Amino acid sequence: MMKHLPAYYTIWHILGYYGLRLTAYLVLGFLMLPILIIVPLSFNVEPYFSFTQGMLRLDPDAYSLRWYEAIFTDQRWTLSIRNSFFVGALAAILATVLGTIAAVGLSSPVMPAKRLITALLLSPMIVPLIIIAAGMFFFYTGFGLVGSFTGLVMAHAVLGVPFVIITVTATLTGFDRSLFHAGVSMGASPLKVFWDVVIPLIRPGVISGGLFAFVTSFDEVVVVLFLAGPEQRTIPRQMFSGLREQINPTILAVATLLIVISVALLVTLEILRRRSERLRGEAF
Amino acid sequence: MRYHSKILTTAAMLLASASMVQAERMTVVSFGGAYGAAQNEHMIQPFVEATGHEILFEDYSGGIAEISAQVQAGNIQWDVVDIEVIDLERACSEGLLEVIDHSQLPAGVDGTDAADDFIPDALASECGVGVIVWSIVYAYNTENDGPAPQTIADFFDTETFPGPRAMRRRPQVNLEWALIADGVPAEEVYEVLATEEGQERAFASLDRIREDIVWFDSWSQAPQLLNDGGAAMVQSANGRIFSAIQDDGRPFEIVWDNHVYDLDVWAIVAGSDNVDTAMEFINFATGSEPLAGMADVAYGATRLSSAPFVDPAVNSNLPTAHLDTGLKADGIFWADYGESLGERFNEWLLNE
Amino acid sequence: MENSLSREDGRNARRELNRRRIAAFALVIPLLVFIFFAFVAPIATILYRSVYNPVVSDLIPETLAALDAAEWDRADVPPDDVLNVFSAELSLLAQERLSGRLAEEINRAIPGMSSVVRSTSRAVRRMEQDTLLSEGGQTLLDANDRWGDVAVWRALQDAGAPYTEDYYLTALDLQRAEDGGIEARDGARIYVTLYTKTLRIALIITILTLILGYPLAYFLANAPSKSANMLMVFVLLPFWTSLLVRTTAWIALLQTNGVVNSFLMSIGVINEPMEILYTQTATILAMTHILLPFMILPLYSVMKGIDPSYLRAAMSMGGRPIPAFVRIYLPMTLPGLSAGALLVFIISVGYYITPALVGGTDGQMISNIIAFHMRESNNWELAAALGSLLLAIILLLYWVYDRFVGAGNIKLG
Repeated sequence: MMKHLPAYYTIWHILGYYGLRLTAYLVLGFLMLPILIIVPLSFNVEPYFSFTQGMLRLDPDAYSLRWYEAIFTDQRWTLSIRNSFFVGALAAILATVLGTIAAVGLSSPVMPAKRLITALLLSPMIVPLIIIAAGMFFFYTGFGLVGSFTGLVMAHAVLGVPFVIITVTATLTGFDRSLFHAGVSMGASPLKVFWDVVIPLIRPGVISGGLFAFVTSFDEVVVVLFLAGPEQRTIPRQMFSGLREQINPTILAVATLLIVISVALLVTLEILRRRSERLRGEAF
Repeated sequence: MRYHSKILTTAAMLLASASMVQAERMTVVSFGGAYGAAQNEHMIQPFVEATGHEILFEDYSGGIAEISAQVQAGNIQWDVVDIEVIDLERACSEGLLEVIDHSQLPAGVDGTDAADDFIPDALASECGVGVIVWSIVYAYNTENDGPAPQTIADFFDTETFPGPRAMRRRPQVNLEWALIADGVPAEEVYEVLATEEGQERAFASLDRIREDIVWFDSWSQAPQLLNDGGAAMVQSANGRIFSAIQDDGRPFEIVWDNHVYDLDVWAIVAGSDNVDTAMEFINFATGSEPLAGMADVAYGATRLSSAPFVDPAVNSNLPTAHLDTGLKADGIFWADYGESLGERFNEWLLNE
Repeated sequence: MENSLSREDGRNARRELNRRRIAAFALVIPLLVFIFFAFVAPIATILYRSVYNPVVSDLIPETLAALDAAEWDRADVPPDDVLNVFSAELSLLAQERLSGRLAEEINRAIPGMSSVVRSTSRAVRRMEQDTLLSEGGQTLLDANDRWGDVAVWRALQDAGAPYTEDYYLTALDLQRAEDGGIEARDGARIYVTLYTKTLRIALIITILTLILGYPLAYFLANAPSKSANMLMVFVLLPFWTSLLVRTTAWIALLQTNGVVNSFLMSIGVINEPMEILYTQTATILAMTHILLPFMILPLYSVMKGIDPSYLRAAMSMGGRPIPAFVRIYLPMTLPGLSAGALLVFIISVGYYITPALVGGTDGQMISNIIAFHMRESNNWELAAALGSLLLAIILLLYWVYDRFVGAGNIKLG
């Protein structure tokens, strides 16, 4: 059983080895269990957040899809779902377009004030959301952007920008800029070179940046609390007020659906990462 | 004949298109939970069906902060709001609500003029039209061991009646009860609370049970806390407990001693884009029959002409059946003192 | 070597360099413009709002002008004509339903004044302007004797200054003394206590994530890459799961009849359910869970780059595991450790959602009180001052992070 452990290991090493293993699995459990626990609870027939005797006996009558039905029959949830996708998509597009172009500039070795500008563009990730939200509430009010989709999309695009910058810059590191200049010196317009040469190489980074930006918006609630009117309520906003006011398992059903989305996202990101590695392997 | 039918179809089409043009989308805000469900059933849905207007029906947890923020920042998100009279006077005097012309309220179904049909308190403020008479009571779970609490003093007596108390996180009603529990007669409560010593006394009284208080923001949480064991006694709007007992069969008991009764009104947020539609809604929702529907959750109607539509079995559960043991919430007092006591209360909460 | 380039070549090279510089910068401009409008300007507004509040000067301009004209010495109650002007202005405000705004502002300086302003404004509301302008001062004093208190008038004049540092004083639990100096505030120190508490909670969370994250990161970095990749999913999935989902999970776990309590009671560890939800413990527990991946990811990527043979070599040479670890391995992981710790600390200092949902009264942090002043007490200027101080703390930490780790090195998994 301990065959694979090096021969010089003392009893302390061995204890340490298994202790470490045990700790690691416990921590993984701590990370995963709270999320896994939600899934069965969302099928509870009773309006509680806890396992009933029937559920523990695996009695089929103790389980139901009623909370899933409740999502799709409640106008507030359907509106929230629509808004979340709408705002998330627009914010992600805005952040990705502006962020990708900027990242190309930022990764140029001759970019002036690079460190300062990078720090500024990444700061929406660091500044507490409550400050961002309050500031936007004050400033956007003057432009009639509070209680509008435009305001919300802008705000969420700001929050998504750092992720686009990080992922695109990462794919651009090691990118041979002479390819770009060669293209330009051969007479192609910079825009065409950008589109035909640069974009295909950094596409995985751009897509994953866009996905990050989408998820950031999809999961964001503080800014929504301050900027959104009743018309703009999103899934997190609806969950937040549900958790504060009326706790019922509809929220768990929504949470389960969101977990499914996260899994899909993770898989997509993994595929993109592998593609990106392969592409870089071919290009350089 | 053919001619006539042609005119009729044209007229119908014109009407239909006219009503489509007029269909507005507005936001109505109330307290959610069992009460919100009753309003949705008896007021919102029938109104939507009758007029074709679209309504976003939102929940809030009371108070004037959100309305005030919208008016101060100049972006009005809400049109019609259900507001407690304890907060109404303050909102009205700060210009947060539109003035409502009570003379255009429709007569009751029995033909009584609105001015005579509504109970006087329902039209006391120029900013609102009464929806319900309700009460803040406390309730306990009868399955818990130990003696059954009977008075407000019992609610504040954590030695004889141990266990957490759930209270709404605001000074209103809590300070009144704190004084009553400390021996102030109910009829002198507001007089005492207007003095510095009285305020000290109220906070000192609250202080004695502060370790046992669980705070909540929304009335919907009250029956939940009692249900999941988060509290042994909860302060609650009477209807929430009533519906938990009636509809969900929970073993709860309401204590009516020194309940604080009040009205809720429909009001229109100042600067709303949909004032006309909002008024149309209020006229509809404060008709005799929709008002009677509030008895589903044991809230009293504000029109006399609603009485025939109310199941007499509910009557003993309405606040109006317990007025002799009740204290009327004083909206004027809270208009003057809501600010100062609110700040003081928050500071008290933050102080460890 | 320079000689081999002609001056012409040098100029061309320089021109080319400048051209590339401008081209690079031009690419960043659209985003910079957007960020300035949508992000930097709002943050600047917060700083501005924390010192600028024109409400009172807009509400009672005549009274403030009268105070100036009378060259009031702030030692006694102002002369009668000032009081008359104020009573007339208050009457107008009451008619326009604006006296509540004034009451709100004055109450911030002198707690309890709100009710005085409100009841007085009701008393003068229906009186004639002329009457008030000639004898309104007496009406004020009859309505409430607080109007005979010089402190009230001082507060009125102070609140009338559109630019003020008073909100910062409040945010630091200070107040203006009668002689114009600055002194500690009467009563308890609320906000400083809250800042300290926030920093303390953030520190506890940082330490907890470190204790939990370090062994896991070490284990993952040294496991065979196939199983490490598989197990990494268990770190990344929570990372990419909605924050509200994770917070919901903790509510389901911790509530009185929740999963943890029912489990512990069913196996007989406890008889009574524990009250964990809506406490500081709940805040710390849930936030540790939520922020743990931020610690694991940078640690993992640093550990991945360390050749395990170092530690093995040390141990095989008879070094005992712990000293070998402390002297050799730990220093090599310091970059990842400091990156993770700083990031977790920065994020937790400004956290709002989780404390708001699971923290009860005890588990609230500074962001929650900012939200409270924004949304419930509507004291936006104080919220702005509290927010500016929080921002200063965060920017300091971010500067440290950027210096030692580099802002561009944030790991996303």
